[in-house]
Amino acid sequence: MNIVVCVKQTPDTAATVTVEDGKISWGDAPLVLNPWDEFAVEEALRLKEAHGGEVTAISLGPEDAKEALKQSLAMGCENAILVSDPSFAGLDSLQVSKVLAAAIEKVGEVDLVFFGRSSVDTDSGITGSQVARRLGWPALSLVAVINSLDPESKRLEVERMLDETRQQVAASFPAVISVVKEINEPRYPSFMGIRKASKAEIPIWSAAELGLEGDLESALTWPDVYAIPKVETECEFIEGETPEEIAAKLVDRLIEEKVV
Amino acid sequence: MDFRLTTEHEMVQKMVRDFARKEVAPTIKEADRKQEMTAHVLPRMGELGILGICIPVRYGGQGMDYISLGLASEELEVIDTTLRVVMSVHNGLASMTLFQWGTEEQKEKYLAPLARGEKIGCGAFSEPGAGSDFANILMTGKRDGDEYILNGEKMWISLATKADFAVVTVRTKSDVAKPSEGLTAYIVELDRPGVSRGDIHGKLGVRAGSTGWISFQDVRVPLENRIGEEGEGFKVTMTAFDHGRYTVAAGATGLIRASLEASVAYAKERSSFGKPIARHQLIQEKIARMARDYEIARLLYLRAGWMKNEGVRNTFETSIAKHFATDASFHAASEAIQIHGAYGFSDEYDVERFMRNARGAMIYEGSSEIQSLIQADYALGYRKDKAVRCELPAYDSQAWQS
Repeated sequence: MNIVVCVKQTPDTAATVTVEDGKISWGDAPLVLNPWDEFAVEEALRLKEAHGGEVTAISLGPEDAKEALKQSLAMGCENAILVSDPSFAGLDSLQVSKVLAAAIEKVGEVDLVFFGRSSVDTDSGITGSQVARRLGWPALSLVAVINSLDPESKRLEVERMLDETRQQVAASFPAVISVVKEINEPRYPSFMGIRKASKAEIPIWSAAELGLEGDLESALTWPDVYAIPKVETECEFIEGETPEEIAAKLVDRLIEEKVV
Repeated sequence: MDFRLTTEHEMVQKMVRDFARKEVAPTIKEADRKQEMTAHVLPRMGELGILGICIPVRYGGQGMDYISLGLASEELEVIDTTLRVVMSVHNGLASMTLFQWGTEEQKEKYLAPLARGEKIGCGAFSEPGAGSDFANILMTGKRDGDEYILNGEKMWISLATKADFAVVTVRTKSDVAKPSEGLTAYIVELDRPGVSRGDIHGKLGVRAGSTGWISFQDVRVPLENRIGEEGEGFKVTMTAFDHGRYTVAAGATGLIRASLEASVAYAKERSSFGKPIARHQLIQEKIARMARDYEIARLLYLRAGWMKNEGVRNTFETSIAKHFATDASFHAASEAIQIHGAYGFSDEYDVERFMRNARGAMIYEGSSEIQSLIQADYALGYRKDKAVRCELPAYDSQAWQS
């Protein structure tokens, strides 16, 4: 099995999101492997351990996205590739899927591609399906269980997690799978993995190497972002000698505030 | 001088932090109330390699350096002191002592299963009548052919009822010029006939851990279980304390951090006199001291860890790190309770547990007073490091990982 996991470096989920000068800020929150992607890495590793093969983690992002790749290597992935180019900055998910699909094709002979259900920063949850469409492969989204997988016949059967039910889906692979947190319990990196990851030289693939120079234009942009106005509450005690007096004062205040 | 942690160190921190947060934090209050160690803690720490973190791969360990041991200890004690106690006792007192003083056979037979986390180790030194005055312990060891016969009782032993092996120091000679010259250390399997043990309940802190007593009645131990030479037990024990104290220092640093983080969060959330209490200067003074003490404690233990990596004796530096961090952690936890007000006095919040847990470390592995005496002796020139027959090996990444 030749498996690719697409991972993203995101701010820690404990970070506080603020808006500064029309831009989203995560402050100085530590950057981590997108928590949803940990489940994707884990599932890829389990399949590799069951059926043999290799897992390659791919991340699209700036230089510091290497940290997410190192975490993936420390968990047990064999290879990691950073897909990075100044022209990739701020791309919408449609263009991101184009870059990732090109990278997956460059890896070559891939059986399965894993994604987490979404990334905690942008939370669109559609990149996996878009990549599947570009590759022309089945998209199996929100997968909670892989019931069976046969490398010989290249068939697999999964359960998708839907709002009110679970849906069984059979497909052939190569395929793209996005997973939900119910699928497994991600492992911690091993110390051996940590050592390997910290020494790893991670190759960088640019737009030119993927044959995408001058070929990327986002349909979506975010010219401005504003914070939801803060709701401030004030507590006022209505006092009086009798319940009737308090009620009368309350009605006066409600009329005054144009509530009634 | 480079103060940055390496990527490897940062990943170790994160891995240990994630384990403690996910697998211990949710149940720690319950375990503390019940005064019981959660059953899965030791096996999981073993599975994850934490129990052999700084032991070379060839002896079953993970081949990380001594700074990684410190960082792991800090992260564990942020969640609960009992986790760090495991590092002090299993890794510091038992494994590192065997690594430093053990024969190749002892390393194969005892260190390797400890480092793999298959067996648990502890250090049995204190007795009902001797802690700080360690040279005057009473437990005896008498040579009988190719064996020693051990008799006596050890007390306040962490992991007493969980451990498979104990490093035990006893008196083998009474007619010596200095009491410290008559001591000998052994590695003892705790399932030997004549060993009995139990846990001590009703402690102020570290209630989710195991602290107990071990009694030895005519326990026969073969000659090959002796660590070092006869009469070398005091030196073996003192170097064991250099390892244990290092983890106590790092752990107490984590406790300062835990108190600081809890206090910062609460001070921003709680209001009095029309503003968050974080805006009151008297609260800020307490937070400032915690932040300062955390930085000092961290630098002190990392220096000691660096010295261990370099193979440089660090008794003085480790003593300072342990002394400062443990005293400061108790102060930080106490002030954290003050910041939390009446809520801090209840076990609804963690800070009361932090204070109870911090108190013990000012006594065990050399009380604060003993640390002062050590430091004074160095400062006055009364004490100088003398080479011991077996030094703790310096860290060598290539050799340790092959």
